[in-house]
Amino acid sequence: MNSTALAPAVLAPPLRDRPNMVAASIALAASLIVPWAADGGASALARALAGHWTLWPLMGAVLAALLSASSGRDGATAIASAFGVAWTFGAGFVEGVTGPAFGIGAAIVLTALTVCFARALARQGYFGGDTTVATLVVIIAALLTIFIFFPVGRALLSAVQDAQGRFALSLVTARLFTADIWGVGCLGAGTRCGVAINSALLAIIVGMVSALLGLALALLVQRGGRRYSGVLKLMSLLPIVTPTFVIALAIVVLFGRTGLITGWLDHWIGIPRSRWIYGLPGVALAQLLSFSPIAFMILYGALTAVSPTLEEAAQTLRASRARVFRTVTWPLLRPALANAFLLGFVESLADFANPIVLSGNFEVLSIKTFFAIAGAQHDPGRAAVLASVLLAFTLAAFWLQQRWLGRLSYVTVSGKGDSGIPARLPRGLWLTCFFTALIWISFTFICYAVILVGGFVKDIGRGDMTVSFSHFAAGFGVEWGSRGLFFGGSAWDSFFTTILVAAISAPLTALIGLLAAYVITRHRFAGRRTFEFLTMVSFAIPGTVIGVSYIVAFNVPPLELTGGMAILVLCFVFRNMPVGVRAGVAALAQIDKTLDEASATLRASTLRTLRQIILPLLRPAILVTLVFSFTHAMTAVSAVIFLATAKYNLATVYIVGRVEAGEYPLAIAYSSVLILFMAVVLLLVQKAVGEARLGRRTTNLLVTGH
Amino acid sequence: MAKNAGGVVFERVTKRYGEVTAVDDVSFRVAPSELVTLLGPSGCGKTTTLRMVAGLEPVSSGRIVLGDNDVTRRAANERDVSMVFQSYALFPHMTVLENVCYGPLSTRADKPKARELAHAKLSMLGLTGLEHRLPSELSGGQQQRVAVARSLVLEPAVLLFDEPLSNLDAKLRRRVRQEIRELQQSLSLTVIYVTHDQEEALAVSDHIIVMEGGRIAQQGTPNELYESPATRFLADFIGDANLIDGDLVADSGRAIFCAGGVSAPVRADGLGSGPATLALRPHRLRIVDADEATLSGVCKRAAYLGSRIEYVVTTAWGDLLVFDGEGRTMRPRDEPISLKFDAQAAVVLRR
Repeated sequence: MNSTALAPAVLAPPLRDRPNMVAASIALAASLIVPWAADGGASALARALAGHWTLWPLMGAVLAALLSASSGRDGATAIASAFGVAWTFGAGFVEGVTGPAFGIGAAIVLTALTVCFARALARQGYFGGDTTVATLVVIIAALLTIFIFFPVGRALLSAVQDAQGRFALSLVTARLFTADIWGVGCLGAGTRCGVAINSALLAIIVGMVSALLGLALALLVQRGGRRYSGVLKLMSLLPIVTPTFVIALAIVVLFGRTGLITGWLDHWIGIPRSRWIYGLPGVALAQLLSFSPIAFMILYGALTAVSPTLEEAAQTLRASRARVFRTVTWPLLRPALANAFLLGFVESLADFANPIVLSGNFEVLSIKTFFAIAGAQHDPGRAAVLASVLLAFTLAAFWLQQRWLGRLSYVTVSGKGDSGIPARLPRGLWLTCFFTALIWISFTFICYAVILVGGFVKDIGRGDMTVSFSHFAAGFGVEWGSRGLFFGGSAWDSFFTTILVAAISAPLTALIGLLAAYVITRHRFAGRRTFEFLTMVSFAIPGTVIGVSYIVAFNVPPLELTGGMAILVLCFVFRNMPVGVRAGVAALAQIDKTLDEASATLRASTLRTLRQIILPLLRPAILVTLVFSFTHAMTAVSAVIFLATAKYNLATVYIVGRVEAGEYPLAIAYSSVLILFMAVVLLLVQKAVGEARLGRRTTNLLVTGH
Repeated sequence: MAKNAGGVVFERVTKRYGEVTAVDDVSFRVAPSELVTLLGPSGCGKTTTLRMVAGLEPVSSGRIVLGDNDVTRRAANERDVSMVFQSYALFPHMTVLENVCYGPLSTRADKPKARELAHAKLSMLGLTGLEHRLPSELSGGQQQRVAVARSLVLEPAVLLFDEPLSNLDAKLRRRVRQEIRELQQSLSLTVIYVTHDQEEALAVSDHIIVMEGGRIAQQGTPNELYESPATRFLADFIGDANLIDGDLVADSGRAIFCAGGVSAPVRADGLGSGPATLALRPHRLRIVDADEATLSGVCKRAAYLGSRIEYVVTTAWGDLLVFDGEGRTMRPRDEPISLKFDAQAAVVLRR
């Protein structure tokens, strides 16, 4: 060996796991000195000494984990740390309101013990013997359990509890099977339908019509070539930056009793003013305008994936334009149409913002759930029953999408594309598509115009179009006070809170989502499929259900989070995480797995591979996730309307409040500020990274509950 | 820099994916400073075998020993091997120098040391001056050399090549395989090399292991495999061969092969009388005058390839592939052709 040779590397795995000794030491140190509970105060040890005996077994477990980790007995480490975590949660839930709420000390101790447990398991041969993978999987699974499955489960449980918290199974039948929920009177008997039937009816209409609208525009844009690329950009951008109630607001301004169009119709044609828009027609219209762009993006993608050579083959076999469309194009699009329908269905069910503005006496599940808990009746049991009906609907759609559509798709994702020219559409179909799209796009433009103009006039809702800046002054007034700038406007608080919450949750969402995607795509371990399913299923849970669940589950110790800002951040992180997972899975599919393997054969640990190879190559996916979760956090209503408080209010919740109070101009002004702010953020990001095609990759998701 | 005490021992290794057995009870040894090729059609288990040596696939049962260490349960980054991937797997976001430094930095060498090692290997492979390029700015051949340099820089006990030439064009392939062989011999490297190309295997190997259906079909030197294939599969897989089913009549050292009413003397290799298959290389069938013929037939197809002429001749032994040498005139279709072969030139296989 010559002089430049490397010193012989130590290649055998170490007998003791040094990182685990560090983790156990951190757990011990935190239990000795860091305040245990949420209200600060004493550490775990001090509390135990002061007579809180349930903390002694935990102290024992921490010490045992440290000792066994130091002597390399991984089995004992795993058992000790698992016991510590299980005991702490068990004791916490048994004590309930009589115990303390977990605070920073508890968080550190429990996290460190979980890491110990995962690493020790991996060293016993689980998770392919990979300590990094084990840590990621166990930590993410634990977080999902605590922040998705526990609260939802807890909320569903309250469906079978009476007002005193006792279990009463008979209650559930009484609560569930009522005409209130399942009545079908509207279908012929002339009475009103139950809320579940209403919701399902609305969702089916919205699902079907939005799929057809999306198809019409997709055919026009995809077959129309570059002429319509502006439409494509707009349609991919609008749903991202628009809070859902914005369309509903515009519709009220146009068609409400004092609306602009209503007024013209009354004046010129003599159609009397009425409240027809409040109810099924209005909600359906608003939802169609809000959700059809998503159907469009799906169908556009599917249409692009149809290889032109198939249509060319049909043409050379003497098929006419109509026959090519009927026998080749249409059958190949059917899976995407079904997917678009299901998405529209779920979006409509989970939608909160449009119905709360427009539904009137037409009751739907999400709104009824909200008022069951937030209204005068305050009946968590009833809210839980309604939420579980809603959850059953969306999970069924999710299940259908996963099981049925997964097998139905003809489109194979391979890199090689055939060249060729897509067939021209039959003339009649082309004209139909053109006029459908024209009406839709013009209507969308009018809606956005109303919102953008509405903030600058006195009262657009009553047709008073005098130019006025009073709404912006009320909402976003800035003055020079004695201490410099003073943000006096009533909207500033919620605006700043929203940006702060969105800015904190976006990086966390990206981190957790992409790491989950990494372990799902790159590693084989027992339970991988289940893990993947769990990360994705949380997206099928409507925001309303999450909101109810968080209120019910995180209201009491040991996990007492309501009223703070942390619960808003957590809510966004775990609701948007599947976006990160999807973006990460898509991006990782583009990164050859041999890069990881090359890194491993060059002696790099999994952690080094992740840091040096995977993360740098994932930069575009990280950005997409950051932008999406940031904007989604700024536009969401349904979950956070349960969680926002006067102290920590969010922009969307504030606007919904103004709408309910009838202050439309301020709501409209604020909405236009939100839309412009996000459009600017998006354009800046897009400029910074070039053509990142934001939003495109995520359109196949069941995006629920703005 | 002979750092190769012990070579590789692969002992009764099996790899199962659910119901499918990809590698079935395979054992072999690789001596130090030897280049051993795993050869076989796609799906035969050769790449899986290589990846198990690298530690990229866990084994289902069996034992893998590198040097003096049993590494069966060790992860890839805890084994003293490096691999050159089919796709090269160069890190696209790192320069050539950063790619080659990656290994030493993973083993916690300091930066100057890593640079020094990397520069030594880069200049050895003629890559000086390209240090600061990205992989996407290199030609296919250059990328391949960077991949080799990156693997060599750790001076592994065993170097693994997974179809390293398959992304190069045909002309370059021949040159690069010579370079790999020279490098291996001059540095006395222990190498396991996977390919599906029998010509490539014959050209570079000390020893070839032919795999079929997850098992070892035959192993030996290139010469042994070419001259004495053990089965029909091997005779057909390595080089071209005409396979003729018939009967062997053997007594006291002389052997006659009969099929379709035509007999010919052959080399018996200790086989007794009975049903047998004759494997005949196309270039060992010579076109001769009618009076010298062992076998006569009619030209069915002819193709002119420059260095040789390929005929398909219809005979009593079926349609035979025959290569005629350069500079001969091409015979038209349907013309009678007389064929002859030496007894030593054919291999008889038990049927």
